[in-house]
Amino acid sequence: MEKVKVTIDGITIEVDAGTSILNAARQIGGDVVPPAMCYYSKLKDSGGKCRTCLVKVSKGSEKDPRPMPKLLASCRTAVMDGMEVQNITSLEVVEARKGVVEMLLINHPLDCPVCDQAGECHLQDLAYEHGVEKTRYEFERRTFDRIDIGDKIQLHMTRCILCYRCVFVADQLTNQRVHGILGRGDASEISTYIEKAIDNDFSGNVIDVCPVGALTDRTFRFKNRVWFTKPVDAHRDCPTCSGKVTLWYKGEEVIRVTAPKDQFGEVEDFICNTCRFETKNTSDWVIEGPRQIANTSVISSNHYEIAQPPPVIKTNLVLQEANKEQFEKATRS
Amino acid sequence: MLSITETEVVSFSQELISRCNEVVARYPEGKQKSALLPILHFVQAEFGWVSAPAMDRVAEFLDIAPIEVYEVATFYTMFFLQPRGKYVLEVCRTGPCCLVGAEKIMRYIEQKLEVKEGEVTADGMFSWRGVECLAACGMAPVLQIGPEYTFYENLDERRVDELISNLKSKQ
Amino acid sequence: MSRKLLLEHINVPGINTFDVYRQNGGYRSVEKALKTLSPDDIVEEVKKSGLRGRGGAGFPTGMKWSFLAKPEGVPRYLVCNADESEPGTFKDRYLMTYIPHLLIEGMIVSSFALGVNTCYIYVRGEMMPQICILEKAIVEAKNAGFLGKNILGTGYDLEMYVQPGGGAYICGEETGLLESLEGKRGTPRIKPPFPAVSGLYNCPTVVNNVETIAAVVPIINDGADEYMKIGIGRSTGTKLISAGGNLNKPGVYEIELGVPVEEFIYSDEYCGGIANGKRLKAVVAGGSSVPILPANLILKTVNGESRLMSYESLADGGFVSGTMLGSGGFIAFDEDQCIVRNTWNFARFYHHESCGQCSPCREGTGWMEKVLHRLEYGHGKLSDMDLLVDVSKKIEGNTICPLGDAAAWPVASAIRHFRDEFEWHVNDPKSAMERNYGLAHYADPLEIEVKG
Repeated sequence: MEKVKVTIDGITIEVDAGTSILNAARQIGGDVVPPAMCYYSKLKDSGGKCRTCLVKVSKGSEKDPRPMPKLLASCRTAVMDGMEVQNITSLEVVEARKGVVEMLLINHPLDCPVCDQAGECHLQDLAYEHGVEKTRYEFERRTFDRIDIGDKIQLHMTRCILCYRCVFVADQLTNQRVHGILGRGDASEISTYIEKAIDNDFSGNVIDVCPVGALTDRTFRFKNRVWFTKPVDAHRDCPTCSGKVTLWYKGEEVIRVTAPKDQFGEVEDFICNTCRFETKNTSDWVIEGPRQIANTSVISSNHYEIAQPPPVIKTNLVLQEANKEQFEKATRS
Repeated sequence: MLSITETEVVSFSQELISRCNEVVARYPEGKQKSALLPILHFVQAEFGWVSAPAMDRVAEFLDIAPIEVYEVATFYTMFFLQPRGKYVLEVCRTGPCCLVGAEKIMRYIEQKLEVKEGEVTADGMFSWRGVECLAACGMAPVLQIGPEYTFYENLDERRVDELISNLKSKQ
Repeated sequence: MSRKLLLEHINVPGINTFDVYRQNGGYRSVEKALKTLSPDDIVEEVKKSGLRGRGGAGFPTGMKWSFLAKPEGVPRYLVCNADESEPGTFKDRYLMTYIPHLLIEGMIVSSFALGVNTCYIYVRGEMMPQICILEKAIVEAKNAGFLGKNILGTGYDLEMYVQPGGGAYICGEETGLLESLEGKRGTPRIKPPFPAVSGLYNCPTVVNNVETIAAVVPIINDGADEYMKIGIGRSTGTKLISAGGNLNKPGVYEIELGVPVEEFIYSDEYCGGIANGKRLKAVVAGGSSVPILPANLILKTVNGESRLMSYESLADGGFVSGTMLGSGGFIAFDEDQCIVRNTWNFARFYHHESCGQCSPCREGTGWMEKVLHRLEYGHGKLSDMDLLVDVSKKIEGNTICPLGDAAAWPVASAIRHFRDEFEWHVNDPKSAMERNYGLAHYADPLEIEVKG
């Protein structure tokens, strides 16, 4: 495979041609990875919509070094050989991202205290890193009634940020999609239009891919806060899926089963509904050991590793050195 | 979300089906979904609105999932997802029309028909609503009436009176 | 009298029928193209003519055509964008209503140039009468041997279909249009890939506006050299201007690019001045999405030069003191119009038409509308203007498609040029509810800054 060189926030890496900027950044890892609320590497055609992963391309490529006039969605822009990208070293990017966060929060209820997603909510993390403490929005927010779509999943549309991930799951993992995006503009909603249960072997995955608490596990509803539960990796011989899961324990009891998620919050493998909903005894599983959770996550809070609140522009000596010139320019004005 | 209690089945007339087939033939094989918007227009012209069972029938005809039809029908503003009056007066409410009195025309129609925007008159004859730019700004204010989408231009109160009494007598 | 290339025969009785159109020189370009020119010759000729997309963006048409990928064994498509819905613009409706064969003629020549055997005209659904007119005209052209198999015995095949939209401004964006043509929600695609590589049904596709396609006819008939003689600088040829608002003679005018704005508004050849003897307050020169300018800035640039109806002259001064030709939707505001109300109206339009796919546009357009509504109805705050400018900046440039920009520009420009009118709405809401701000200083001669 042809390799191309790309420099992100001053760090150069060689990746396969056709790799997106976001995925190149993920290969570097750490602070230079743009946040992604709608992109999901395991879902084809996802991404491009939420605009949180916008980056600045300050040099197009070796062949055509002109900078791109607008910020680009890093999840849907392929790297070119010699491309130079700025993420957290560009004030323009940070400013735009703050704007996106503000927009996403306009219609998102701040009901985190009673939301099952709290603690593992990507919007919560994003807002914590990039949001401002006060909203400038002074109008009525969009609200919907909670509905149960089948006996296992609850849809709380008020919280939805319209990332379309659950639609892609239904399209790509199941044979008949029954829910979709209805309406348009800020009146769009996830719905089945007429009352229907979303029920098939893989429907539970919509819970895992939802970046917020719009789609939650009814069997886990109000059982516990995630940060009081203990994640444990486990597997079983499953005829339908890989059978590799994370069990979430409260004491001796498995109160939730999810697919194991990587450092970017994406599942490693989609799991079937039997593994997720029907097998909640320790005896159903072969236990592998405690799940490693990033120490910046609230889930690690009772693991006695103190996490620093991550400031938007981080104290990172490598980055600072690599972007000396940019920093000077930005701070001078 | 709609709760459908009875499963109504909508059947398409032979004539409607042959028109649908004609449209499908315009696209390459396997791309019959392209016919969705034209067919939804046919359905609305035939039934006056686009009901969920009618959409299910369209999905069946095009061999696509019903949700694909719902998604599309709710995206575009021309499709009525609820029954409306026989004549729906759609008045352009965008800037250029408003510069020359579209808002006054809408208030007048509201008074005259004695129904609010989106409602149906008691006799089932009329509904009205404001719609966005109809691309006829030089003839403003304008309104249109489906299913033929006939245009009525340079509106004033007298023309609205005439129009409504003509439609009433057309019955 | 300026030269007419598109509307020359518009007043000939029966020009909407094939026979009359043909008797008046119609379909000559098809004969010339298919019998004497190669597809590449036509592309070259269009390139040379300097024709720029008439839908709003003004991208050179010949260049767009030359980007079309031509992989072996893959069909290519030409799609005509007749989803005219930019507030202020109604030229395509006019053209399709009165001289439909001009569009069909242009489509045949363009399709031949691009190696296309199936083309579609995507007409907004509200234009059902125009859809019927076009379908009838296509049948006539087909019966006369200008469409179908082996056109004019040259071996070239072309089928042409009319596709109705369903009521969505966003389908005027070319990839939203293609999605809609595929029977989906009209949400714009993320680019790249561009339609030239992967468009309709993932095949290479060119999408052109009605007027652009129509302009190909005179270019082929008379040659690019003749076409280039008309116009000024990089604004070659003629342009259809839809004139609306408070004008004596609103309507569609074909102008030679480069006509002074003042002449366009006040001369009897064009709009005949402001209606009811009133004075001009402001102009939106190219459809609702381009920046609004006060009377003094639309008639003259900040350098004191007379502003012309051309891509370059209207854009003179950038967004600080200039605007854009856009789609040619020329909206004139008289002294009695309220800029705040109109800005709110436009903001409502973009809020209503946002597809909802990407967050800045979905949430931001609604937010701007609500703030503007509050200002218009006397509940605004002085900080609202800064808020609006900031929200518009957060949308502009950060969205998937240009609708975000189109929503941001009218708001930002209205506040830039009419800030005191907005402030008046906040400071004196009672009066603002009763009367309008009036002409104020918006038509005063500009103070020309002498530099050095």
